Amino acid sequence: MDLNLDAPHSMGTTIIGVTYNGGVVLGADSRTSTGMYVANRASDKITQLTDNVYVCRSGSAADSQVVSDYVRYFLHQHTIQLGQPATVKVSANLIRMLAYNNKNMLQTGLIVGGWDKYEGGKIYGIPLGGTVVEQPFAIGGSGSSYLYGFFDQAWKENMTKEEAEQLVVKAVSLAIARDGASGGVVRTVIINSEGVTRNFYPGDKLQLWHEELEPQNSLLDILNAASPEPMAM
Amino acid sequence: LPVWFSINADYFFLQFTIPIDNGDSVKTAEADSQRTLYPYVTGTSIVAIKYKDGVLMASDMGGSYGSTLRYKNIERMKAIGKHSLLGASGEISDFQEILRYLDELVLNDNMWDDGNSLGPKEVHNYLTRVMYNRRNKFNPLWNTLVLGGVKNGESYLGMVSMIGVSFEDNHVATGFGNHLARPILRDEWHADLSFEDGVKLLEKCMRVLLYRDRSAINKLQIAKITEEGVTVSQPYSLKTFWEFKAFNNPTAGAEGSW
Repeated sequence: MDLNLDAPHSMGTTIIGVTYNGGVVLGADSRTSTGMYVANRASDKITQLTDNVYVCRSGSAADSQVVSDYVRYFLHQHTIQLGQPATVKVSANLIRMLAYNNKNMLQTGLIVGGWDKYEGGKIYGIPLGGTVVEQPFAIGGSGSSYLYGFFDQAWKENMTKEEAEQLVVKAVSLAIARDGASGGVVRTVIINSEGVTRNFYPGDKLQLWHEELEPQNSLLDILNAASPEPMAM
Repeated sequence: LPVWFSINADYFFLQFTIPIDNGDSVKTAEADSQRTLYPYVTGTSIVAIKYKDGVLMASDMGGSYGSTLRYKNIERMKAIGKHSLLGASGEISDFQEILRYLDELVLNDNMWDDGNSLGPKEVHNYLTRVMYNRRNKFNPLWNTLVLGGVKNGESYLGMVSMIGVSFEDNHVATGFGNHLARPILRDEWHADLSFEDGVKLLEKCMRVLLYRDRSAINKLQIAKITEEGVTVSQPYSLKTFWEFKAFNNPTAGAEGSW
């Protein structure tokens, strides 16, 4: 079985950005793969651009990192010149500029999310090709295929911060269950007028889904805990 | 990888020694020819007709990502200046870029402050030049554009494709609309349609597209442009009909199940 360790690092990924009443919640899984091998099982795909704007990265790890680095650099200069925090819209447009003008070379889908004093919490989806779409919520990455139906049913406007984060964690967790390219932990970043909060949900603490079993230390524990004839049919 | 292979970040007034992607095609034997190879997020048909007071245009609000109906709130028709309405099918990022070009065009037109403003003919001509020149460089904007407008009482309706084919007509359609809507329009369009008849005619076309175009979604807008200006309707859905007797249990009595 060929692991193909020369394959480019790709973040199969599940990424999500959701607005709620007061800000945004960004979420992502943590798996980076090189072909079939998991190069990093605890990556951080939610990257800071400014104090108030973060971006979820999917697709080619290298491409998304270099785009983020350029935009962070540009935004730093922009913030100095502007004299106040950059808006989410400006951040999204800078990403769009790089994504669109290099569409032949780049292979990365991004979700920009943040909070600014003019528009509040905003989410912008920037898929392959460099289209910008402002959305109340956005999903991306290979794992998102399994979430279209879920969000069609579960999404509602004006959620609270807790509801929004729970929705994001549930969704990433469901995607991880079915997408081989997604896995590991669920990371979330909540951005609102008060600031930024990072959360971490390890894989073994997530809700169990269909045909998933409660993790054990060993079979021996099961055998010992059970009644006298555990191996009998 | 060769040292020149890096992304274009030349837009932020900085000194970079990175080669600029100016849209030209083949550079060197090594260089990947700079061309748009395929679209990613696409809009489907636009249908438009001339009517009594101007032009009516219809489009759905879908942005497809391959076979996935990924975005369901994309506005594919936009007002340009005072006298024109632009509808686009094809790659949405290219449409967004075209809107930026047109923004600049309209801004410069306004800056003359001479009481004149760009009419639909001029905008259509500009777009034709842009699309054709990009095609010549093997780096097309992957869109088919519909340009409608009214200026000084004269209605105008034209189309430009991604290869620069450009023409005017009384009714136009892009993509699937060419095959499904235009035959209906050829039969039922006539000069001086009322607003109501025009809308009903467009809705007839859009309903057929909804039945028969896989990338169509049931959420559409109809835009109107008259001497007064542009109005784009709120998004709405069309009723569909499924109660043909033949649809109900079509395989009864058939051998096998087809």
